[in-house]
Amino acid sequence: MNKTVNQKAWFLVLPVLVLVAFNAIVPLITVVNYSVQETFGNNVFFWSGITWFEDVLRSPRFHASLGRQLTFTFTILAIEVPLGVLIALAMPRKGIWVSVCLVLMAMPLLIPWNVVGAMWNIFALPEIGLLGKTLNAMGFDYNYTRQPGDAWFTLILMDVWHWTSLVVLLAYAGLVSIPDAYYQAAKIDGASSWAIFRYIQLPKMKRVLTIAILLRFMDSFNIYTEPSVLTGGGPGNSTTLLSIDLVKIALGQFDLGPAAAMSLIYFLVILLLSWIFYTVMTRDEANQ
Amino acid sequence: MRRVSWLVPTVYILFLMLPIYWLVTMSFKTTNEILGSFTLFPQSFTLENYRVIFTDPTWYMGYVNSLIYVTINTVLSVCVALPAAYAFSRYRFLGDKHLFFWLLTNRMAPAAVFALPFFQLYSAVGIFDTHLAVALAHTLFNIPLAVWILEGFMSGVPKQLDETAYIDGYSFPSFFVKIFIPTIAAGIGVAAFFCFMFSWVELLLAKTLTAVAAKPIAATMTKTASSSGYELGLLAAAGTLTIIPGAIVIYFVRNYIAKGFALGRV
Repeated sequence: MNKTVNQKAWFLVLPVLVLVAFNAIVPLITVVNYSVQETFGNNVFFWSGITWFEDVLRSPRFHASLGRQLTFTFTILAIEVPLGVLIALAMPRKGIWVSVCLVLMAMPLLIPWNVVGAMWNIFALPEIGLLGKTLNAMGFDYNYTRQPGDAWFTLILMDVWHWTSLVVLLAYAGLVSIPDAYYQAAKIDGASSWAIFRYIQLPKMKRVLTIAILLRFMDSFNIYTEPSVLTGGGPGNSTTLLSIDLVKIALGQFDLGPAAAMSLIYFLVILLLSWIFYTVMTRDEANQ
Repeated sequence: MRRVSWLVPTVYILFLMLPIYWLVTMSFKTTNEILGSFTLFPQSFTLENYRVIFTDPTWYMGYVNSLIYVTINTVLSVCVALPAAYAFSRYRFLGDKHLFFWLLTNRMAPAAVFALPFFQLYSAVGIFDTHLAVALAHTLFNIPLAVWILEGFMSGVPKQLDETAYIDGYSFPSFFVKIFIPTIAAGIGVAAFFCFMFSWVELLLAKTLTAVAAKPIAATMTKTASSSGYELGLLAAAGTLTIIPGAIVIYFVRNYIAKGFALGRV
């Protein structure tokens, strides 16, 4: 759509700008402020320059949680996106079952995150949970509160349970927007179902899949409540993702300087990776 | 291939329902039964857990508080996002692209980063422990999302609609309220659904910004889990009840969810 230049449009954006600025800029300044100062209590602060940033960037603890975070995010993306597309392809296109499927699939998205964590915590307990009991009955030695591998398995399974539906809904929305004429043309050309997927469905889903991947990326990188309720970052530190570590430092130990420096680095990592995703995925569109 | 295609969604939905089923059956069991034996169905069916929640104000007020701030947040987010999304979809103005991207960056901000600064900011302006505080904090990630979704819907409406209305003598406010808003009603529904969803499920900020008066149900649950031992049945009943508002909302917007995103664009 060709847009007209109109500087008065700023007035329409103003309410959003004021609200978001109040919410984003003031706290961000607070964080920056803490990140460059040292305190010994009593609200007395000293300038400390970039020492906190150097500390955080050099600390093995930060590297370890960043590594766990990246592993987690890329694992769930690698599972949820193909699985979501597969389910969306297999879903009925019309009739009563569409509504039934959509309503049931959207359920996990609307359960408060701590309830999701608590639900899986109980569901996976080896003694009294359905999943834990079943796995143990099948002969697996499964105990997510003791074994790091099992904790990771449970964490990933929980996230797949929780968020694959978002990818399904988005992919499905992209699929139903394809006009029937495309399929008829493909049929006349004798295209295989793989060719239909590759040259018709996938390009048409590209826009919504970009949204899905970006949303899943941002949200999985920010994930806090579910793992903290499910495993509390344990056993040991094995499932301590970035934000769990951050909350431990900021609210647990009240080390404001390192926590603030880590917050900013954390935020910059998300911004950078989102920007890369966004640029790579929209590059082809710009070329056309 | 066609024959078995119904199998994939069915298996997936079964997988989704299993943990929910476990939570719901547990809410009808006594704590002794949960801890003492492994049963697929409640042996001694009890409504005691629900009775406790509906008679104890510390429990049921949690639901009321959550619903209040979620409603304030949804109304606020959609109302301020509407004119902004219109501006982004119709006009070009100084810094529009930068502004749009900056809004989206707030969607990326980890709640863990903002929890402490929010606490200090809202304490300083005197709204700590009010519903407004949580509602405002949640606008940080809901307004960008609402603008994003609404802008997609509005770009799908041809510009001729606006031009015709102005020729017919409508002023901007009356055109916007009387013609434009009804046209994109589906988009508003989808945006409101997502605002409701993300505000209803968030815990970290809601918990940090409240103490007693506006305490959300989610925080009540975490407190119960730690203070009164392990009241699993009660916890399961409270969890089951948190699913219900979401289920009602999904039912109402079921026809729009799928459509909503098809028009949304990056």
